[in-house]
Amino acid sequence: MEFIDYYKILGLSKEASQADIKKAYRKLARKYHPDVNPNDKDAEANFKKINEANEVLGDIEKRKKYDQYGKDWQHAEEFQKTRQDRGSRGAGSYNDTDFGGHDFSDFFESMFGGGAREYGSGRKIKFRGQDFNAELHLNLRDAYKTHKQTFTINGKNIRITIPAGIENGQTIKIPGHGGPGQNGGPNGDLFISFSIENNTLFKRDGNNLYRDIALDLYTAILGGEITIDTFDGKAKLKIKPETQTGTTVKLRGKGFPIYKKEGEFGDLFIAFSIVMPTQLSQKEQELFKELALLRTQKTN
Amino acid sequence: METGEYIILTDFCKVHHLMTEFMLELHDNGLIEITVLENEYYIPTRELSKTEKIIRLYSELGINLEGIAVITQLLERIQRMQEEITALKNKLRVYG
Repeated sequence: MEFIDYYKILGLSKEASQADIKKAYRKLARKYHPDVNPNDKDAEANFKKINEANEVLGDIEKRKKYDQYGKDWQHAEEFQKTRQDRGSRGAGSYNDTDFGGHDFSDFFESMFGGGAREYGSGRKIKFRGQDFNAELHLNLRDAYKTHKQTFTINGKNIRITIPAGIENGQTIKIPGHGGPGQNGGPNGDLFISFSIENNTLFKRDGNNLYRDIALDLYTAILGGEITIDTFDGKAKLKIKPETQTGTTVKLRGKGFPIYKKEGEFGDLFIAFSIVMPTQLSQKEQELFKELALLRTQKTN
Repeated sequence: METGEYIILTDFCKVHHLMTEFMLELHDNGLIEITVLENEYYIPTRELSKTEKIIRLYSELGINLEGIAVITQLLERIQRMQEEITALKNKLRVYG
């Protein structure tokens, strides 16, 4: 556990007045407040630091204690006592790395005890609970169907419905499932952002799906019917004669489900690439030569 | 406090220790939405999160109403741009 220089955090010298501290805190709080820096973990961490610094330096008694013992805080008797008295962090605390919680550092808790969160003015301020941010990994097949998923956040099981068609990088808000409010304040919200891994042969752009299909030379030239895999089944597809490489056909409504529009789907685009035959037999070579000749005569 | 789609403004003010006049001032400045139903003021539930954010900016950061209006506008712009970046990143994956 390292000593934390609260003056340095607020950019102040030890001689700073209470007014200077308030001013510095307000300035930095505006810069790093989570409401003006949504989804910014660095800002959240900085906000936590300046809050802790303000909690200590903004309170005359705590500041006196901090100034008196400074770096020798570990050897001070009363600190030993507060360390013994210190309770557990309680069920309400959460993993800083994941959610950048509001809880104070171990240094703070060693020095002032776990229950030292009180405000100098004596006024009880209501705090809305911390917003939690979590990332949920899905694969593209999971995102294709509306499904329920249970996961654990801060020791609580939360069951949510993930609507079909959710986008990679999309964030949904679960109101009231963030950190608990303090002094009667409302709970924070839970923001879940989705990371969708695509391990299929389809490429997704919004609601549309794209897929390359290899087509044999003869079907491409003469036309025919092939069966292709769509995202959720198979479809028969008519191939026009003389289909070229790069030709794209659209299968309306065979794409990805449209988010929160039940029964509506994007389109599936199939791009053909013609596969040339290899290891030709002598007969085949002769026939191709004949075809080539016919083509030359035709163009001349 | 919550009644389905709307929250009674006085209840909201009580919980947040706010004056009703202050909330009406926020409304007059176009920052929040307040609905009048049968002579009673209400805040739509869908606006709750935004309203609480505005109150936090005011009470925790001491930002005046003009400042809050600018911040709100810029945050909405950032949000739109972030969504656009995500959509473009997803589009790039199609060609990647």
